[in-house]
Amino acid sequence: MTPSLKKGVAYALACSAIAGIGLAATNPYHLQVMTFIGINSLLALGLNLLMGYAGQISLGHAAFYGIGAYTTAILTATYGLSPWLSLPMAVAAAALVAFLVGMPTLKLSGYYLGMGTLGFGMIAFIVFREWDGVTGGASGFVGIPPLAVGPLNLSSGRNYFYLVWGVLLVAILVCRRIIDSRTGRALRAIHDSENAARAVGVGTMHLKLQVFVFSAAVAALAGFLYAHYVSFISPGTFDFLMSVRMVTMVVIGGMASIWGAILGASLLTLLPEWLHAFSDLEMVVYGLIMMGVMIVMPQGLTRGILDLYERARERHER
Amino acid sequence: MEAFVQYLFSGLTNGAIYAVIAIGFSMLYSATELINFAHGEFVMLGALGLVTLWGGLHLPLPAAFALTVAGAALVGFLFERTAIRTVKKPHPIVLVIITVGASIFLRGGAMMIWGKDAHSVPPFSGHPPIDVAGAKLLPQSIWILVIAVVLAVGLFYFYRRTLTGKAMQATAINKWGAWLSGIPSERMVLLAFVMSTGLGATAGVIIAPITMCSYDMGTMLGLKGFCAAMLGGIGSLWGALAGGFTLGIVEALAVGYVSSAAKDAVAFILLLLILYIKPSGLFGTADASRF
Repeated sequence: MTPSLKKGVAYALACSAIAGIGLAATNPYHLQVMTFIGINSLLALGLNLLMGYAGQISLGHAAFYGIGAYTTAILTATYGLSPWLSLPMAVAAAALVAFLVGMPTLKLSGYYLGMGTLGFGMIAFIVFREWDGVTGGASGFVGIPPLAVGPLNLSSGRNYFYLVWGVLLVAILVCRRIIDSRTGRALRAIHDSENAARAVGVGTMHLKLQVFVFSAAVAALAGFLYAHYVSFISPGTFDFLMSVRMVTMVVIGGMASIWGAILGASLLTLLPEWLHAFSDLEMVVYGLIMMGVMIVMPQGLTRGILDLYERARERHER
Repeated sequence: MEAFVQYLFSGLTNGAIYAVIAIGFSMLYSATELINFAHGEFVMLGALGLVTLWGGLHLPLPAAFALTVAGAALVGFLFERTAIRTVKKPHPIVLVIITVGASIFLRGGAMMIWGKDAHSVPPFSGHPPIDVAGAKLLPQSIWILVIAVVLAVGLFYFYRRTLTGKAMQATAINKWGAWLSGIPSERMVLLAFVMSTGLGATAGVIIAPITMCSYDMGTMLGLKGFCAAMLGGIGSLWGALAGGFTLGIVEALAVGYVSSAAKDAVAFILLLLILYIKPSGLFGTADASRF
């Protein structure tokens, strides 16, 4: 099989797997969890491009998720705009904010970049919480209309699941194209050494800004999907912990790997669901798992499990 | 005028708290290049520890104070030994996630021990508020200011006059170089961890009487202490002190003259401004002013 055919088969398999899961799942709760996995995967995918490939940390990415969600909420519920018109506006709003914030912030590096993005994320969170008249303040924003295409109502569990995973699949394709392009190679060059990249003619500042804006736009898209799915949003969803959770999804899955991002997003979505059984112990166990994975497998689960597998095979062959 | 003085008092009080938290942040950063996102949780442990030992078990205040700080420092010791020292590849992002994991763990643990309700303790001394230029100064504010300044001066002398302090400073400047000249640099890092978490707990103990103490109080305090540390220049003792007071006073004035909604935003706006204009902080001169 040629590589391109192999890829085609992989995507066909992924499509049929999604379709199969959608048809097989009858429990609305399962469909709901799967939909959230799709939304979180979208978030992790965008951030992975920024962190895993370009090597720029962002501790404030929940802000863009929130901007996407609040923009569409305000435009559709307060001003009665069609959701399909508010979608480009939500994405554009996040991209514009990312551009304005990115220009000064991306000049920083390392911990300083982390702090700059953290500060921005906190300010966005405070705006969501305190701008009562527009965002509904701390009590949240109610009555976001569901999505519909003509006569087809997307608000049912199964239809929304297909919508989210369809969008995710397209996003994966786009990310793959970016990673395998000249831009993708330049991004990896920045990851390894910014000075070396600049020396061979990569416009690092320009490129970092581009990938920052792109990942913000993807986060806003996820925010749009989230807002129209749950129909109620509150600032708590877009706080500092959410930004950290997004970073954790990328790192726990394994940086610079698309499947790693999706694995990480799935785990971090499922974990709280499983941990409900522990009730009061939930936070303690969650924290322990976060620390444990990073101590044992600092490269993330995908790399860590591959390493374990290879070590086991070597032992077997000996 | 009265209002201004009142804002100033509240700014100085909060500023002293931020300063103590910032000094802890800064100390750990200069010794290990690690930003401890669980630092705020040690502030929470300090406050809730005092709630139990002094408010609940009625130990004498100095004993409760010392026991609380020692207990939190012990948690810091265990944290360094089990979760930081064991990391094979200490990449900054990995360490950030580990400290965030630790903060969730500590918060969850505190929720199990102290419950979800807020607790409170009486002020350290029962004097009535003092009247200064028409504004009221709480006795607890004086306690907080005095303890913060005593801690800063004590640390200054620790770094300047004691062998351990100088060894710690050497480790901060160059871990390998210090190790080569016979300083047990690993132990110095551990000591920095213990002192930093102990300082966090101290901030918690002194703030306990003027705030509601609950398991989730630490996050915002930690983040603001961290803004204060950046504002003054991370790694600098006097910078952390100045950054803390600057943040406290600007915050109090913003609450008084702009709006109470601005309270939490001030710290982060200042953080962004300082990062854009002078990332080394108001008082930091790159590496020269590290501990």
